[in-house]
Amino acid sequence: MNRILPVLTILLAIIAIWYAASVWMNAPWQTRLNERADLANVPFTEFVAQTWAQDKPVLPSPHQVAGEIWNATIALEPTSKRSLAYHGWITLSATLLGFAFGTSLGVLLAVAIIHNDASDRSLMPWIIASQTVPIVAVAPMLVVGLNAVGLTGLVPKALISMYLSFFPVVVGMVKGLRSPEGIQLDLLRTYDATPWQAFWKLRWPAAMPFLFASMKVGIAISLIGAIVAELSNTAGGGLGVRLLTGSVNGQTVQIWAALFIAAGLAAVLVAVVGRAEHMVNRRMGVRA
Amino acid sequence: MSRTLSMLQLYLALIAGGCGLLGLAASLPTIGAAPLMLIFFAVSALSLLRLVLPWSFWLDGVLAVLGAWALIASLPAEGLMPLHHWLALIASWAFAWLFVERLAAAIRAGKLPETGTGLVIPLIFGLALIVIWEVVTRGASVSPVLLPAPSAIATRFAASTGILWADFVQTFIKSVIPGYVIGCVAGLLVAIAVDRSPFLKAGIMPIGNFMSALPIIGIAPIMVMWFGFDWQSKAAVVVAMTFFPMLVNTVAGLNAASTIERDLMSTYAASYRQTLMKLRLPAAGPFIFNALKINSTLALIGAIVAEFFGTPVVGMGFRISTGVGRLAIDLVWAEIAVAAIAGSAFYGVIALIERGVTFWHPSVRGGRT
Repeated sequence: MNRILPVLTILLAIIAIWYAASVWMNAPWQTRLNERADLANVPFTEFVAQTWAQDKPVLPSPHQVAGEIWNATIALEPTSKRSLAYHGWITLSATLLGFAFGTSLGVLLAVAIIHNDASDRSLMPWIIASQTVPIVAVAPMLVVGLNAVGLTGLVPKALISMYLSFFPVVVGMVKGLRSPEGIQLDLLRTYDATPWQAFWKLRWPAAMPFLFASMKVGIAISLIGAIVAELSNTAGGGLGVRLLTGSVNGQTVQIWAALFIAAGLAAVLVAVVGRAEHMVNRRMGVRA
Repeated sequence: MSRTLSMLQLYLALIAGGCGLLGLAASLPTIGAAPLMLIFFAVSALSLLRLVLPWSFWLDGVLAVLGAWALIASLPAEGLMPLHHWLALIASWAFAWLFVERLAAAIRAGKLPETGTGLVIPLIFGLALIVIWEVVTRGASVSPVLLPAPSAIATRFAASTGILWADFVQTFIKSVIPGYVIGCVAGLLVAIAVDRSPFLKAGIMPIGNFMSALPIIGIAPIMVMWFGFDWQSKAAVVVAMTFFPMLVNTVAGLNAASTIERDLMSTYAASYRQTLMKLRLPAAGPFIFNALKINSTLALIGAIVAEFFGTPVVGMGFRISTGVGRLAIDLVWAEIAVAAIAGSAFYGVIALIERGVTFWHPSVRGGRT
């Protein structure tokens, strides 16, 4: 209870500020609308209600966004092109595919790095350097390029997500696979364990906490990668496309709704990874 | 000497030598067409002698360089590369790997000093990547629309430094730097303010953690509507993206000083301000720098992506999106190179400052960070 109360207070404060800000930001346009309609002396309460119900507001009020989310998910057929559930699914599938690629690549690289000194020395600096390249910023271009080779649909977006999500996994897994102490490795050597056994019975279990911590970061950024990658291909659909078309048409409510769906998706994905972590920990006998 | 090779090294040596031998046989019919290539093949084939004679790993390195040189020198101006030249690519790659493998083993055995040689290995890997890229794109005549050769990108880079500089100023100096500074300073100040009230901290931390996992980049179209097309909207996106990582990390860092250290400060009758400035902020240093490093990449991404939603006719994001439209892919790649250099330099500067400021931290004192 004493954790929920402060969070709720802050959330309520944010919503209150949001309502106030939407009155303040929408007021100039509403005043002009009222002047054009020859409405003088609009009572303040009515004026506030008007600012919260504009068609293309500068800042839509929270209930407008909530209403749009409701209309675009529950009230529509999920197969409709205007349904956010449809677009969310496109983004989600690209995210998951990219995340799966990225995690596998990350784990493989980490295994290569800990078992081979030369690959540690040659790969690690470049893996770190690869993340200072703002690749997500050129993602739309890469998607266009890959489309030209015949790679269309999910795969190009998933590749961008992969590029972003492999990094935390490599770094975390290298740390994790190296986390067993010398004394533990020595013990396995006294058992005459093969490197294969040492890997599966000691290093891999020891790396689990690191893997899940990295996967939580990785899945969040794979979602970002998928959304940005969608900005180039308006025909393909996805939350990124909803952002772009909303921006072109000035449909602010649509942008905010897509943004909140993306946020919800991120929260659910991170929670799912957290849940998986909990289950694996239970299986491995870790006391939480 | 052959006994000192590990299994992996032995296989690599066999691949390299075997490709040399095969390539030598294949280039006999057209002898004299590519003399450098012929020499490379001959010496590679000779390297099989390592099975009976000592063969220094520096020779492997020299061979890798010779192979790369021969490959680039004999690249056809247009059309496909002769089939057997691909053997040279494989051999040259195997020599480079073998060299790196044996160099790493020598460093580990203490035969070579760590400093200097440690840098050589990643450098070789990077150069090898560029050579392979160049040879594959030109040798297999990959369409320049798809992937231009590094040499084409470099020429374009040199030819359009004016445009690139203008874009760099617009995106990096005008959008990224102000946004980064405002976002980081705001995150730091809010964190210090929040830290005084446990109630606020308990409320803001979960939300801050949640927000830093969100695709905040999505607010870019909203910011472009609010602040217009010029750099202000990009800086606003950067502020929003950098704020939360800074907030979360600083709050965590302010708790890093241990109770015993705080107790010591209170036995000195230190005020809140003194404790903050002399103990807690320095102790939070590694966390703050961690956020600064994360933010350096985020800031550049935020500014470039925000430019996709509308810009004046200058800027890296603008150039990238229009370059794709006009199929001027080499210019796009030159722009990516600028972004990569700027991003790495930005990160490097922060890492250097970190080494100076948090010199006391074990991760810095330990050497490799």
